[in-house]
Formats: sequence, C-alpha cells, structure tokens
Amino acid sequence: MATLKELQVQELLGPGHRLCAGCGGAITARMTLKAIKRPMVVVNATGCLEVATTIYPYTAWGVPWVHGLFENNSAIASGIETILKAKNGGKLDTDIIVFGGDGGTFDIGLQALSGAFERRHDFVYVCYDNEAYMNTGIQRSGATPEGAWTTTTPVGATSPGKVGPKKDLIAISLAHHIDYAATASTAYWNDFITKVQKAAAVEGPALIHAISPCPLGWRFKTEQTIQMGKLAVQTRYFPLYEVEKGKYKLSVNPHQEPLEKFLKMQGRFNHLFKPEYAWELEALRNQVEQRWAALQELCQGRHPTWNGSNITTPPTPTPTAAN
Amino acid sequence: MMKPQKVELVPMSGSEAVAKAVIQSNVDFTSAYPITPQTIIVERLSDLVATGETKTSFVNVESEHSALSACVGASLAGGRVFTATSSQGLALMHEVLYLTSGLRCPIVMAVANRALSAPISIHGDHSDMMGSRDSGWVQLYVENAQEAYDWIMLAYRIAEDERVALPFTVNMDGYVITHSVEAMSLIDDETAHKYLPPRQPLLKLDPQKPVTFGTLTLPDYYSEFKRQQEEGMRNVPAAFADATKEFADLTGRRYERLVPFELEGAKVAVVSLGSASGTVRWVARNLRKKGLPVGALRIALYRPFPHEEVGKMLENIDVVIVLERALSPGSHCGPLGSDVVCSLYNRSGQPQVLDIVAGLGGRDLSPDSIEKMFRTGLEATSRPTGLEMEFAGVRD
Amino acid sequence: MSATKPGWRQLTRGAVVTQPSSAREFKTGSWRTQKPVLNEAKCTNCLFCWIWCPEPAIVRGPKKVSFDYDYCKGCGICAVECPVHAITMEEEH
Repeated sequence: MATLKELQVQELLGPGHRLCAGCGGAITARMTLKAIKRPMVVVNATGCLEVATTIYPYTAWGVPWVHGLFENNSAIASGIETILKAKNGGKLDTDIIVFGGDGGTFDIGLQALSGAFERRHDFVYVCYDNEAYMNTGIQRSGATPEGAWTTTTPVGATSPGKVGPKKDLIAISLAHHIDYAATASTAYWNDFITKVQKAAAVEGPALIHAISPCPLGWRFKTEQTIQMGKLAVQTRYFPLYEVEKGKYKLSVNPHQEPLEKFLKMQGRFNHLFKPEYAWELEALRNQVEQRWAALQELCQGRHPTWNGSNITTPPTPTPTAAN
Repeated sequence: MMKPQKVELVPMSGSEAVAKAVIQSNVDFTSAYPITPQTIIVERLSDLVATGETKTSFVNVESEHSALSACVGASLAGGRVFTATSSQGLALMHEVLYLTSGLRCPIVMAVANRALSAPISIHGDHSDMMGSRDSGWVQLYVENAQEAYDWIMLAYRIAEDERVALPFTVNMDGYVITHSVEAMSLIDDETAHKYLPPRQPLLKLDPQKPVTFGTLTLPDYYSEFKRQQEEGMRNVPAAFADATKEFADLTGRRYERLVPFELEGAKVAVVSLGSASGTVRWVARNLRKKGLPVGALRIALYRPFPHEEVGKMLENIDVVIVLERALSPGSHCGPLGSDVVCSLYNRSGQPQVLDIVAGLGGRDLSPDSIEKMFRTGLEATSRPTGLEMEFAGVRD
Repeated sequence: MSATKPGWRQLTRGAVVTQPSSAREFKTGSWRTQKPVLNEAKCTNCLFCWIWCPEPAIVRGPKKVSFDYDYCKGCGICAVECPVHAITMEEEH
C-alpha cells in the first residue's frame, strides 16, 4: 500500500524529454522509477521512450542508463546483472529495470526476454504497451488488438484493421516459470506502484505488462490518457491481475463499463462502428469476453477452456465489380 | 628488462589455448553460444568455471546476438569481457558488432573463421570476418595456436589502451588452428596478471555516478563520434608497439603487424592472412633454394591495415599474388586484395596484382597448390596482365 | 558547420552523456498551446496531478502544487484528473 506523499520527490526521469504531450509511456516509466527504492540501472530498448529521452547531448535520466539495440535489452541486462552480482559477492544490491515497448518485447525482443527469463536473471521487465510500433509511425505489432487501425493494418475493402488477437505476454512469461508477472495501468497508481515493488522484491525475473495509452497512435485527446487507462480496465479490455508463484489474483474488479465506451473514444477503432465491420467488432468483443472468462477460471485455480472463438472469422467476401 | 620466462612446452589445441589465456587474463565475464568450430573454446571455459579454476562468470545465452549483447552490458558495467564465435554466429551478431565499437567497449572476441552459408560449410575460410570488417573492431589474424594464446592477452592490452578503446577480434582459422594440437609455451599466472591487471574503466554503469550510454545522435553529431572511432583505430599502431614490447620483455616472443619473408630481390610475392602463411613461407623457402626469386608477406594486423608498410615492402615486386580466402562477388579484388592494391596506389613501383581466391570452405591449401600460385606469378612477370581475380583449384 | 557545437576532440567518447538529467536544458514549454492554471484555494495537495504528469511539469510544495511552465506541454491530464477541479486549461498564444 503506497501513498503518493511517500514517493521520492527527485525526478529520475525528468522533464525536458521529447515524448508527446500526454504520453502514456512517459507516465509508465516515470511511475516505475518512483516505485523503486534501491539504487538502480535502467536498460532500454529502442523505441519512443529511448529515442525521446536521450537525444545527444541531452539525457532525461538521472539514473545509470543504457540503450543498445531494439531486441537486446534483456540480453544487455543479463550481462549487467551478472557483473554487478559478481562484484558484490554474489548478491545484487541494485535493481535492474528493463524497459521495452510492445514492439521491443512482444516481437523483436521476445527471444532475448525468453533467454533472460530462463536463466533467471534478477531484473524487472516493464513493457510499456502502446499496442503498435509508435516511434516509427504507428505500425502494427504482436500487441496490436483485433480490429485496430494502424498504418500497416489500414482499413479498406479487404482489411478491417489488424486481424487476430494480441499475444498474451503474461502467459508467455509464465511459460518460463517466473515467480511474478502482472498487468498494470498507471491510472491505478497504487496498484501499479505496489506491483512494481513486488516485482523488484522478487529474487529473479519479474514482468510488468503496463498498458500505456498513446494519444497520437490511438487517436484520442492528450488530456484523456489516464481516462483511457481506467476505461481499458473497467471495460475488461485490459484486466488488472497478478500471478505470484503461479497463483492468479484479480487486482481490480470494477463496475463493468461497456466495451464501446472505450473503443468509441479512439479514432483507431472508428471503423468498427460501421455496418460492414460489425463482424470485426464482434470478434474483438468475443475475445475480450473469452479472456475475462478464462481469467476468472485461472483466479479460481482452474484451467481455462478456450472455445476457439478468439480466432477471427471474417465473413466470405461478396464479389464486387472490381473482382 | 626482465628475463623471458622459461616454461615447459604443453600440448594444446588452439581452442584450449584460447580458453587458458582467457582465464589468465582476469576476464570477468564470458557469454557465448555454441557453433562449430568454436565449441571447444566455450566448453573448455565452462569446465574451468565449473571446477572453480576461474572466477570468470559464464552466461549461456540463447543466440550469438544475445551473446555479444550480454557482453556489452557486462563491459559497460565495468567488466573485462570475452566471447567467441564463428561464421553464422558472427553474421548474426553483425549489428551488435557496430554497437560494441560505437560504445567503445574493449571486448575481445576469438573468431574461429569459417565459411558462410549457403551452401552451409563448417570449414574454414575468412568470409565471416571479412563480412564484418567495417564494424570498427581491431582485427588480427593469428598463424598458430601459440599466437592465439598470446594474442588474447595482447588484444586486451591494446583494446583497453585509452588511446584505442575499441573491441578486438583475434581471428583463428577454423579447424586448422582451433583443433590442431601444438606444443605451447604458456605464461605463468603471476606474469599474466602483471601484464593484465583487472580492468579499471573510466566510465561505467554505476548508481553512484549515473551516466547515459547509447544516446541517439542527429546529423549534427553522428559524424564526430565516427571520427573518434577512426582516431582510436589510428592510435592502434602506437598501442600495438607498446603492448608487444612489454610482452616481448616478459615472454621473449615478439610480434609485428606484418611478417615479411625473403622479399629482398623477390620478383613474385604471395600475401596471406592466417595459418596458410606458414605453408606459403615453407614453399617460398624451397623455391628460393631452387634459385627462384620469390618471397612472402603475412599480414597479421588486418584492421587497421598497415598500408604504408605493405606499400613499401611490395612496390618493387613484379607480381604480387594475394591469397584470398574470402570472396567479394562481382569485384576485381577480394577484401585482402583491395587493401593491398590500396597500399600500392601512387607508389613508385606498380606491381601486377593477382587476386587468387583459394581455400574457400576449408579447401586445403596444399604446398603444391601454393607452389602453383608462385609459378603462375613467375609466368606473369613476362606477360603483364594488370589487376585480375581468379579462382585456384576450382573444378570447371 | 556550426561554430558553436563542440568538435570530435572535445566530445565525450562514444556519445556518452555524463551529466545526468541534462535534458533540463531543453525547455519543452514552448510546445504548448494551452496552459494549466491552479486555483490555489481549491488545491488539497492530493498529488494526483503530480503522479500523472508525463514530464513532469508539476512541482510538489508543502501545501499545494505548482506548475513548471518551462516544461509543461499543455496535455491537460492534470485538469481532467484533478478530483476537486482546481485546475483549468487556458488558451495560450
């Protein structure tokens, strides 16, 4: 249980960075650093957070920080962790925080993450998930949700936006038998900070999957970032839960809001409300419901049963004059 | 000057010798991924870690890309770092090579030179390192296991020299050097530790002194940092001279950037890298005994290339044959040949250059095949051909 | 070529930035088109605006917060999230 007044005043991710106004990733990263109590080293994958905070000769970071490449943050962290442990008699007295966007985590960074998990290095991986490759201009990633418009899954006669559900990062992480993995949203700051602290306390790898709404990429007003972070949870689009040593626990069970309330605030889902894409909206809704149902099973200690309807079935295309 | 150490000879393969050198070099961290023919190096290192013979940390990673990445992390955290790879592994870590050099991490890597797929080949040639020759690593090609052993230590001295601050590859021909057993003269631990005390980096990841590594540079800054890297390269000869002098004082073994052989009065010379150089010298000596005016030049330090010295040594030769163990398809000249031609540019003498591609994919460079090259060169002295590339010993 | 930017001999090797938080020299306040204004009487010092500011451009005080207009990009999150509506966004030109 954290109180805001207890959190350190010093800004370790300070102003002067060039992340967009209202950036969800900035809030995620800053809040993560606020939660950490011990001295830390930060490893950052290529992406919005890295690029916008370290344009030479400036750095917005007040902690030791390294950026290597797009896909190797977890591998670099493995080397750092090993040295710091070795030079401190086998004990790590520094928290290693690894940041990656959804692109650098779900896709290109997955191998290195997998290896670092399997070797059980002691670090906290925070994925700031804005659900697309935002830094390069809103391209789809393995974390882009069903039906979302992106520049590489645009909306057109043959395309309803991104087809298929996003990968389940918590499930992927747990397949490595790590002791702690949790979803988080900065809109629920107390839950977020508590989870980061729990993750840091684990002696071994831990993962935080933090939904990080992007005003530019999701197409909403910059002032709505925290509202987005709340609605994502309230509509069950992004449930908040944690898994501690295999035990699932729901963190927040709010009064449920209709999915449309969340989707309609974002330009990237506008097309789903046209009749020709109604089937895609149903596919997304189905996935959200399936995921929630599965989560409930897991929290009861039961194995979830998927009925396969999380796979999108587009309608048979009707012939047009162009065909 | 200290008397050279008198140590008994020990039989070791190149790989075992490298592993031994690593643990004697106060190396803090190794991370590697297995690939033929480098595997013995990492297995041997693992053994030595397991028996407690060394405090070097060993991290088994899930790919070569992660291997070098973990090494970069360890290096930035202040450690002295080693890794080894070959062929596909080197190619896979290609972007990390540039990262390592750009971040000025003085990592030493043994490369068991091996051909690149496709077709897949597990045998030796230089195409792997040549594919990454512009990555900003200092590159040296050893001739035998003794050199592989010595050069691990010398590489750390040069890489960590503040004038250089660049990573260093020690290239050793796959199978020929990695697996052949030789009589090795080892250095004792005390001498090795004297030569290589623990690493003390100026900048590292340290919560007491927060520093940002890996910034983004816009067009207004990038070029200046590249110029810095080049300066590091230009300072290598001075660091090389210092490091090899001190090494010679301790061991009696003296290393030079290039090794000329009977170039005085030679009309034909074969230029080579790596283990084939021994065969080349042997053939040259035999041909000289028959009165044929031939010589040889082995390049040890490939990057930075000793252009000035090579130019001086070769300008009065009539026909220079470059024994090219890598292919640059579509060019008149392979990588080594290009550097040799560069060295000869604008010099008073203008030899013919024959770039002979041979020994690809582990094809044996027998004394006969090398003698054939010398004789081709001798014939060419009477019929000028200019600059040419040809394949030796390839069936039609 | 700029005469004011340092040359390769003066720059720290490898594009390393040794001065932490040097981005403070880069004032992003010029980005905004609207700025937050605090009704000090209403502020309860709950710090929600502070924890959610992406910059941050909000400074904690003993009794209330204040804005650091050098950096505020005018996103408006603070105004929307303030539970007592103590912050209003005003157009700025």
